[in-house]
Amino acid sequence: MSTTVEKIVPAISDGHKEHPQRKWQDYFGFSTDHKVIGIQYLTTAFFFYFIGGALAEVMRTELATPDPDFVQPEFYNQLLTMHGTIMLFLWIIPAGAAFANYLIPLMIGAEDMAFPRLNAVAFWMIPPGGILLLSSFFNGAPQAGWTSYPPLSLVSGKSGEEIWILSLLLLGTSSMFGAINFVTTILLMRIPDMDIHSMPLFCWSMLATSGLILLGTPVLGAALILLSFDLMAGTAFFNPAGGGDPVVYQHMFWFYSHPAVYIMILPFFGAISEILPVHARKPIFGYRAIAYSSLAISFLGLIVWAHHMFSSGTPGWLRMFFMATTMIIAVPTGIKVFSWCATLWGGKLSLNSALLFAVGFLSSFLIGGLSGVMLASVPFDIHVHDTYFIVAHFHYVLFGGSVFGLFAAVYHWFPKMTGKMVNETLGQIHFVMTFIGFNITFLPMHQLGLQGMNRRIALYDPQFQTLNIICTVGSYILALSTFPFIINIIWSLMKGKKAARNPWRALTLEWQTASPPIIENFEGEPVLWAGPYDYGIDQESIDGDESVEDMLATISAEGQ
Amino acid sequence: MQGSTVDNKSQVTIESEPEATTGHHGHPDHRMFGLYIFLVSDSMTFLGFFAALLIYRAIVPVWPPEGTPELELLIPIINTSILVASSFVMHRGQTALKKNDVKGLQVWFAITAAMGAIFLCGQGYEYFHSEFGLTTNLFASCFYVLTGFHGLHVMTGVLLILSVLWRSRQDEHYTSKSHFGVEAAEIYWHFVDVIWLVLFVLVYLIN
Repeated sequence: MSTTVEKIVPAISDGHKEHPQRKWQDYFGFSTDHKVIGIQYLTTAFFFYFIGGALAEVMRTELATPDPDFVQPEFYNQLLTMHGTIMLFLWIIPAGAAFANYLIPLMIGAEDMAFPRLNAVAFWMIPPGGILLLSSFFNGAPQAGWTSYPPLSLVSGKSGEEIWILSLLLLGTSSMFGAINFVTTILLMRIPDMDIHSMPLFCWSMLATSGLILLGTPVLGAALILLSFDLMAGTAFFNPAGGGDPVVYQHMFWFYSHPAVYIMILPFFGAISEILPVHARKPIFGYRAIAYSSLAISFLGLIVWAHHMFSSGTPGWLRMFFMATTMIIAVPTGIKVFSWCATLWGGKLSLNSALLFAVGFLSSFLIGGLSGVMLASVPFDIHVHDTYFIVAHFHYVLFGGSVFGLFAAVYHWFPKMTGKMVNETLGQIHFVMTFIGFNITFLPMHQLGLQGMNRRIALYDPQFQTLNIICTVGSYILALSTFPFIINIIWSLMKGKKAARNPWRALTLEWQTASPPIIENFEGEPVLWAGPYDYGIDQESIDGDESVEDMLATISAEGQ
Repeated sequence: MQGSTVDNKSQVTIESEPEATTGHHGHPDHRMFGLYIFLVSDSMTFLGFFAALLIYRAIVPVWPPEGTPELELLIPIINTSILVASSFVMHRGQTALKKNDVKGLQVWFAITAAMGAIFLCGQGYEYFHSEFGLTTNLFASCFYVLTGFHGLHVMTGVLLILSVLWRSRQDEHYTSKSHFGVEAAEIYWHFVDVIWLVLFVLVYLIN
């Protein structure tokens, strides 16, 4: 141990004189700095979010009338396929990886990820994957939905479908490389004082996420390789005409894609567990319960996939099994929701943008979670299968859950990432517009689904028009809500108030270093002087930015 | 096989201690851990393929579908024994290096690479002389995709071994204490070997 300390000391005095900062050019090149990569992931993800959002607006505009008058039905199919694929694989998953890359080494007191070069390679597979996918618009984009079920995917345009497959293989490999890094870094690179039960909950949730990525993604890869052979070489793995079985594809696809739902939500579960205690000034309720429930979710997440296939002719015993496991998954999820509510209960809330989005996350995700339990039950699922009820459900989980959590995380860590504070007023306008727009867009879809409106089709029965117009109006509000956000980010970057080292008076390690953090993160090894959530325990002595630094100085003086 | 992997792992953790300061960013070398995670993940790809094969086997009324010619077993059995033997040959290479015998490492690794190449040639011979093609029927497709995907892994393994040989020409590149490349290539090779044994049983023996 003493040798490493000696090693680090000269490095610090070097850095102290200059405090080298990243130049803007660094963010466009092959950088191995986890913070640069994190920002690269996040901006790339937002770029694709705006594209995916624009596609959704075109779809909603088309759905304002029952007839396909705004876009052709074929183009509508392309839009819905691309919207789904972009939002899942180029927005939510990379955005989760963005925060993981940025935060994990800072939270555990490491200088960087375990494999910085692999990390950079993982990021640089995303822009080509995304551009490849978008390029399919020039040549007939895929039309078979983000699920690409054969035989539909085998007959609806060869080149678009193959581009979709190649793009997903690229993005999947990228996500696997990322996960290898996360697991290794979290398990092996914590500072010596931090045992696994004193690491921030975000790390626990990324551990669970990475496990799912590592076990699930390769199976999707296998399915896509077989689908590709069917498409290009004329084999019949999934083609009933040649003796194959499309249901085998569904099993392989959902073996990844159900866990993928948790890959998309778990990072933001972690972020919420960080954000709530800080802004409620209370210790997190049930640290171990939240930590282990992440692992429970990821284990159960691997054995629920066939609940997507209740209407695919699955035998009765299989349906019963998957119905039971799916309902059981509500238990660890419920534990989390309960713990978050208990964390808020009686807290000294500061209702800033981060906390507002976090509370918005809690309430919307709860609705999505509850409709998930409804869908787990076989008879109900068969009734609403392939209707707008499903669309409503997963948007409450993915938008109400992941995206709200993501915005909460952006507002919470923006000062750390950029060294600038965000404008609170604009942030709160952003929240109010998003929350209202989101609910107006997706709440009526429950009703539409119960009445039997089919999803994924450009034209519909005129009786559904009123509700559809409401949804479309909601989606426009949602589109408008991004403008205060964009203005806020740009304005804060240019003119925002300078952020101190620890503007939220938070206890996790990333707040112990400068904002934005220096290259290689810390001046010497950070000191773990409190648990990650020991808020409200010693209020008087922890007051503001200065005294945290004083305390650190005192403690490191005592240590020597 | 299992035993040798565990051995390697414990050696890595012990050996990485003195190397702690020589790592890229001043932290201990975690590459072996990363490799293990990658292999777990990679094995899931094969699991996906195997699962698909087993489902087809269970749901298709006659398996392999009628009209599938009998698979010739002689070459695959020779191939299997070559691949299994090559794992032991390769391990001798690492053992030699641990005694600081770089020449020994080169000899044994070269033999391993040659055995891998023979395996690939045998596979190629089988492809050219089999009586069915990729699209003949479901079994044929499974046969080619599974053995082909495994063959790609063998080829990667051979390339890894060749790159180890190339690097070992430099003095002191691999020492008895520090030889991640050697160890990684070997672990990967054992992995490919084990996958082959499962594949051999599933594709050749129980059809």
